[in-house]
Parts: sequence; structure tokens; C-alpha cells
Amino acid sequence: MLEALLLMMGLGGVAGTLLGVASRIFYVWEDPRIAEVENCLAGANCGGCGFTGCAACAKAIVEGRADVGACLVAGADGAAKVAAVLGLEAGAAEPLTSQNTCTGGFRAPEKFSYMGVNDCRAAYLLYAGAKDCDVGCLGFGSCVKACLFDALKIGPDGYPVVDAEKCVGCGACEKACPKGIMQVRKPSDRILHVNLVTDRLAPCRQTCPAEINIPKYIHHIRNKEYDKAYLTIMERNPMPLSTGRVCPHPCEDACRRALADDPVSINQLKRFCSDWVYDEGAQVKIPVAPDTGYKVAIVGGGPSGLTAAYFLRRLGHKVKIFEWLPKLGGMIYYGIPEYRLPKEILYKDINRILDLGIEVKTDVKFGVDFDLESLVGGGFDAVLMSIGAMNHASARIPDEDKVKGVVPATDFLRKQGLGDPYRVGKKVGIIGGGNVAMDCLRSSVRLGAEKVYCLYRRTIKEMPANVVEIEACEHEGIEFITLCTPTKFTTDDEGNLTGIEYLKNELGEPDASGRRKPVPIEGSETVIPLDNFILAIGQTTDSAFADKEGTAVSRLETKRGSILNDPDTHQTAIPYVFTSGDSAGPPGLLVAAIGAGRRAARGIHKYLMGEDMAFPPARLRVDSRRMKGHIPGTIFDSIEGIKKKGRIAQPELEPGSYERQHTYAEVDLTVTEEEALKEANRCMRCCLTCYNKDAR
Amino acid sequence: MGDYILLAVGAILVNNILLIQYLGNCPFLGTSKKMETATGMAMAVVFVLALAGIITWIFEAVFLKPLGLEYIRTIVFIVVIASLVQFVETFMKKSIPALYAGLGIFLPLITTNCAVMGVCLINIKEEYNFLEMLVSAIAYPAGFGLALILFAGVRERIIIGRVPGPLQDVSIALVTAGFMSLSFLGFKGMI
Repeated sequence: MLEALLLMMGLGGVAGTLLGVASRIFYVWEDPRIAEVENCLAGANCGGCGFTGCAACAKAIVEGRADVGACLVAGADGAAKVAAVLGLEAGAAEPLTSQNTCTGGFRAPEKFSYMGVNDCRAAYLLYAGAKDCDVGCLGFGSCVKACLFDALKIGPDGYPVVDAEKCVGCGACEKACPKGIMQVRKPSDRILHVNLVTDRLAPCRQTCPAEINIPKYIHHIRNKEYDKAYLTIMERNPMPLSTGRVCPHPCEDACRRALADDPVSINQLKRFCSDWVYDEGAQVKIPVAPDTGYKVAIVGGGPSGLTAAYFLRRLGHKVKIFEWLPKLGGMIYYGIPEYRLPKEILYKDINRILDLGIEVKTDVKFGVDFDLESLVGGGFDAVLMSIGAMNHASARIPDEDKVKGVVPATDFLRKQGLGDPYRVGKKVGIIGGGNVAMDCLRSSVRLGAEKVYCLYRRTIKEMPANVVEIEACEHEGIEFITLCTPTKFTTDDEGNLTGIEYLKNELGEPDASGRRKPVPIEGSETVIPLDNFILAIGQTTDSAFADKEGTAVSRLETKRGSILNDPDTHQTAIPYVFTSGDSAGPPGLLVAAIGAGRRAARGIHKYLMGEDMAFPPARLRVDSRRMKGHIPGTIFDSIEGIKKKGRIAQPELEPGSYERQHTYAEVDLTVTEEEALKEANRCMRCCLTCYNKDAR
Repeated sequence: MGDYILLAVGAILVNNILLIQYLGNCPFLGTSKKMETATGMAMAVVFVLALAGIITWIFEAVFLKPLGLEYIRTIVFIVVIASLVQFVETFMKKSIPALYAGLGIFLPLITTNCAVMGVCLINIKEEYNFLEMLVSAIAYPAGFGLALILFAGVRERIIIGRVPGPLQDVSIALVTAGFMSLSFLGFKGMI
């Protein structure tokens, strides 16, 4: 008996000491949340979860390998507690929510008739499911069964609908879905996402340079959820009031509805819901991630810089904008005239961005008042150069910078933006066929010119300007002189402009841009009398500061003024300096600058957080100008089953009216709610291949 | 040599620890939902049983038998196996993280697993010598692993099958285990 007692005591003592010492020597740090989660579980070590004991289950939950409801014994209450433990860590400002990315459902065609078990995972085992679309929802609701919080249900259209109020972001649905359609993401993750070929994207959404979720916001408008529509746009584009007015909407060129009647008037709908939010004073809450402690300087407060500032702030960084002109907005403040984009409207957009807590310093010029050294010294961790393209390109007409009365479009429009318009004479000529030229033409009309000519080297068909702008010019009595090459100015004795001589052109072989090259015809000289001549044939970036030897910024590489960068990450030759928008050249659309601003913010965020900056290999690259690079099989030749119903008209000020010709009152008007709903109902809510055939 | 092969075959198939002797049923049901987990568990049992078999056999030879304390064998083995497994787990976590990632999380679950305990007791009861004990301590868990992995394969299919509501999950698993046990009974005539 004594031996037995002694042996047991000895054994216990040795084992206890050994384990105690071992736990000290072999100590390994563990995530404290594992212990917290373990406390929420049943503690029965039953193995019912499929893991080896509660500790293993807790670890798997914290590491995201199991969902919060893994413990069957603890049930829904336990799952809620676990979600709370993990939710606290994520931070209240960055809630995880689930979202369904497929809108196919019943409308999606099927390859074969599936008669098996009503479970997506079972259906998936047979040729990846019956749906014709490789990435479409199978609709059996495995995600619904997986959800412990009653936050998911199969909606009336046959695809799952998430109740955002109930969703805790546990990730159970994401794991249950064999097709990766349910996605649980933080707002930051959604900001950082770029369009991929594996995404479920409608043709319009693939084409939009800012990657806005167009079908989703139109769907909200149809449901009269205008504030939700606005917020959907704000996920990608922080300037919807401005884009809603001036965007040439390449998305509409890709609209599938155009195959039946007319494309949906997407941009008017954007303008309508954004105007509604301001007119009704609707409260919109834009989530901002917890502070990261990093500071970013944005040089240049144009659309690209403002967009980058907005997204960087939403990702949790401190942002300060440095602007050399007195007002923010860059080219869209100083370049786009009041009648097209009222300054008051633009500033509503800008103020919404600044309201997130962004500092601004105006009237300071990079390379003069401050430089890279002072920014780094000021504690900034990264710098975005979005300085735009504010210099004009040369038209190669002799003496163009000497003759009095000849003015570059950038100067002409900037003076107008500063409130001190350039005084034009009775006859004004403008060379160029882009939107800047159109702005100069229409501004000249308003500044009192009686005869305004537009000189362009090709034909109206080849003009890069928006068709609506060209039409508006025609409505305002502007004369187009196409197929012409100005060769010299005629002047009076004092050097004042009196007219311009040009050669007529004929179109030759197509050049690199795919447009036919204009060739001047010898001996076809013509002269028209002019008082002023505006050069609107393009802009360049003023990057002369990069030539100064011995400064940090001289390490930047430039090409014809543009600052060279990696087009994906927007990083320049200096790792902490990024560039986007027009200064990364060549100058482009407002919506492209906004898209680039977000991608630059993504690059900067990834750089600051030490994450992989490159785009995933599945990145979707669409050329929205040439309409190339869409996901194969998503651009159709024809569609069937659509009742023809034309699109709504653009309301505008009466052509020839006093306001139209002589004031800067906004010409294009916002559509009425009734019209907007009518138009929203024309949207077929397309996805990759399926669409609503019975769109009303 | 022939005896050892016979012993191994007997331990793996004829006297399968799970399906014939009905030991270690908790991990059999608990870790057979996924093939990955089942494989990890099988490997962990082989590892632990080989270690536990050696240690308990030595304990029996050095302490219990000479001191005439065979009557407290069960309780001594429990303490020895539990401490051993805990120690190995702690040690592996720090020193061999790769192996820990593979087996480590399964170890706590088998500290006092009845299959482990059962094999250690069988080794003593059958009065195996050291080599025989070693063969048995590897062959029995191999049989455990075989049954577990087969079962996991079946269960992965059952999950997506048409199972009537009241029979779902553990119920159908127990029914399946019964059928598997019946089929293993067929090996009885082999030896």
C-alpha cells in the first residue's frame, strides 16, 4: 500500500514538475483571442465541430478557418458571443459584411436540368452546376442554411439577399458557397478591390474607368433608394455631382440595351440621385477605417488628387492637400466653364470629401514654396503628385506666343475660372476638337463674341469631344471649319491679330491612333478675319522642377512633361512618391482621373502597409476608348425579348434663349424623379451573360 | 518473422481496435468529418501510441512488476500517458513547429484516449516482449487510421447525400460505423 502511494505521489510530482518546467522553456506566444473564443465554446471537447477539441476549434475560428458557428453545442448564442469577441478586434468602424455578387438567379439560363439534392455543393459536383454561367449563383441556398443569424434569404429573383442589419460578417456563407459568390469584406477591402476577369461585371461596369457598380446603383434608384444609390457611387467615385454633369459616359457605349433600342442614360441617373441627396438634405454616412498613423501629402487638389485623398482618408490615413491655385478642383474648377459645371455644385462634391477630415493648404506651389525634402521633413510617409497638365501644347504656327490676341486655352479658361475673364473681340477662332476646345468655343459665345469658328484638322466624326458638346455648339451658332491646317497669323502694324491663313486638308492613311491622317492640300490657302485665336490642342504637365539637379525630386523620371510611373501601382522612380491623373499623362477624362486617384490610393495604402502592391494576375484591363479588352463572351451582337422603348431626353435650357447665349446658367438640367424612374426601369441589370429580359 | 507479420495483420484487420474492439470511438466520430482531419488524427495516434507503448512497457518492467504493484497499473498508465503527451505537445510546439502543425492539435484529444490506453494494456496482458510490443504499438494505430480514413471518405459523401432529417449527421454516422464493423467481422476467419 505504501509503495503504491509513494509511487503515485512520486509520479505525480515528477510529471507535474516536468510539465511546469517544459511550459516555461517551450513557451510560445498565442493570440489571446483564442482563449477568449474558447471560453465562448461549449468546452465539451466533443469533436462535433470536426476539430480536435475546443482549443483547436477556437484557434481555427480566430484564424478564419472555421466560422463563428462551428461549435454546434454552444449554438447560436455561442456564435453571437464569438462574433462579438472577433468583432471587437476588427473595430467598430470597419464592420465585416457579407454581400452577394451574383444577380442571376432564375433568369440565368441552364445547361441541363438538375434533379439532384437541393444543395449548391452537391449540384456543384456535377459539371460545376447547371447554370450556363461559370460564375453564377446555383440558387439552392447553401449559404442561407449556413447562416446562423437569419441574415440571408433567397430573394424573389432566385439569388440570395443579405440583410445588412443582421449580418455579423462571420463568413459562414462565404465558406458554404462553392462558387465564391458570397463575399465577406470590410469597407477597406472593397475600396482596394480592382475589377478582375473573375468578377461578375456587367459590360457598363467593365467599361467605366472608375469601376463604379452601375447596375447596383440603378437598381437602388428603381427601388427609390436614392441615398443608397449615391453611396454605391461613392464607393468608387467621390465626385458624382460633377461627373454626373460632365462625364462623357463611356459606360453607355457598352450598354447592352443599345442592341435593342438606346443605351440607358446612366450618367443622367447618377446626376439625378446625387442631386436628390443634396436637395433633400439626406444624411449619408461614409465609413472611415480606424487611424493607421500614416500621413500622406497630396500635391495638387484636382479630381485625381481629391479622389486619392478621399480614399486614403477612408483607409485610415491622415491626408493633407497642397494646391497652388486659390481653389481646389484643378482642371474641373478652372477648365470646365460655369454653364457646364457650376462652381457651387463642384464645391458640394469637394466639401463632402474634405468633411472626412482632410487638411488643405492652398496658394502653395511645389518646387517654389515647398518640395519633397520639406514634405519628408514634415513627417509625410508618402507623396502623391497629381499636379495635372496645366501647360498648353504648341500648335506649331509661327509666332503663336508673340501675336497679340492669341491665347492658350488653359490660360483662357483659368482666367475665366479666377473670375477675370479674357476679353474677346467680335470674331474668335479656336483650334482643336476636344472637350477643352468646346469649352472655349461656348465660353467665347458667352463672353460676347458674335462669330465663333472651330478649326479642326479632321472631320467632325473624328473629333474626340463628346457628341453632346458638339451638338450644343451647333445649337449655339458656332461654325465648324473642318479639314484645315492653320499656317500663319496675319497681323496689323502693332502686332495685333487680324486673321488666320489655313490650308485645306484631305484625309490620308490611318495613323497610330487609328484615325485617318490629315494631309494639307498645296495651294488651298484661305484667310478668315479674326480678333482672337485660342489654342486648344492639348496640355502638358509642368514638371520643370524635376530638372533641378541636387534635389530629391530630380530622381523622378519624366517624358514630355509627364511623370513616369508604374501604371498599376502609380509608384514613380522614388518609392514613396506616386503620381496619378493628367500629370501621369496623357491628359484624359475626369472619370479616368477619378479611377486613377483610387488606384493611386490603393498603391499608396499597400506601400504604407507593406503589402503586395501589384495587381492580381486576373486584373481586367478594358480600353474604354477603343472598347476593347472586355471579359470574353460578355459583349453581344444582338439581344432578344426586349420591348423597344427609347431613352429619356436630356433637358436643357432653350437654345437661342437669353440665358443660353449670354449667361453662365447651367445648360443641361437634372431629370425629374418620374423620368429617372422610367429610365432606371429600362436598365436590364446585366451581369456577365444574363440580363433581365422583361425589363419594364 | 512470420509471427510478427501475423501479429501485425491481426492487429490491423482481425482485431481492429475501432471496429472490432470498439475502443476510441470519440475521435472516430469526432474527427471523421473531413479527410484532412482524419489523416492528421491517424498519424497522431500512430505517433503517440508508439511512444506510449514503449514508455508504459518500460514502466511495467522497471517499477510495477518488481514492486508487485500491477493492481494500480491502469491509474499509473493514465498519468504516464497524459503527462507524456502533454510534454511532447509542448516540446513540439516550440521545437518542431512543422510537425506540430501536422499533428500537434490532435495530441490533446488523445491524451487519455481509450484506444491508446487499451493497446498499452493489451501489450502487458499478452506478455509481449519488447519487439512484439513495438509491432503491436504500431499496427494497432495503423488499423485505427485505416478505419478512420475509410470512414471519413464515406462521411464526406454522406454530407451531400439524401439523408432523411432525423437520421442526419451523427445518427447516420453511427449506422454507417455499424455496417463497417460488420464487414470487418469478415476478417475473423483469416487467422
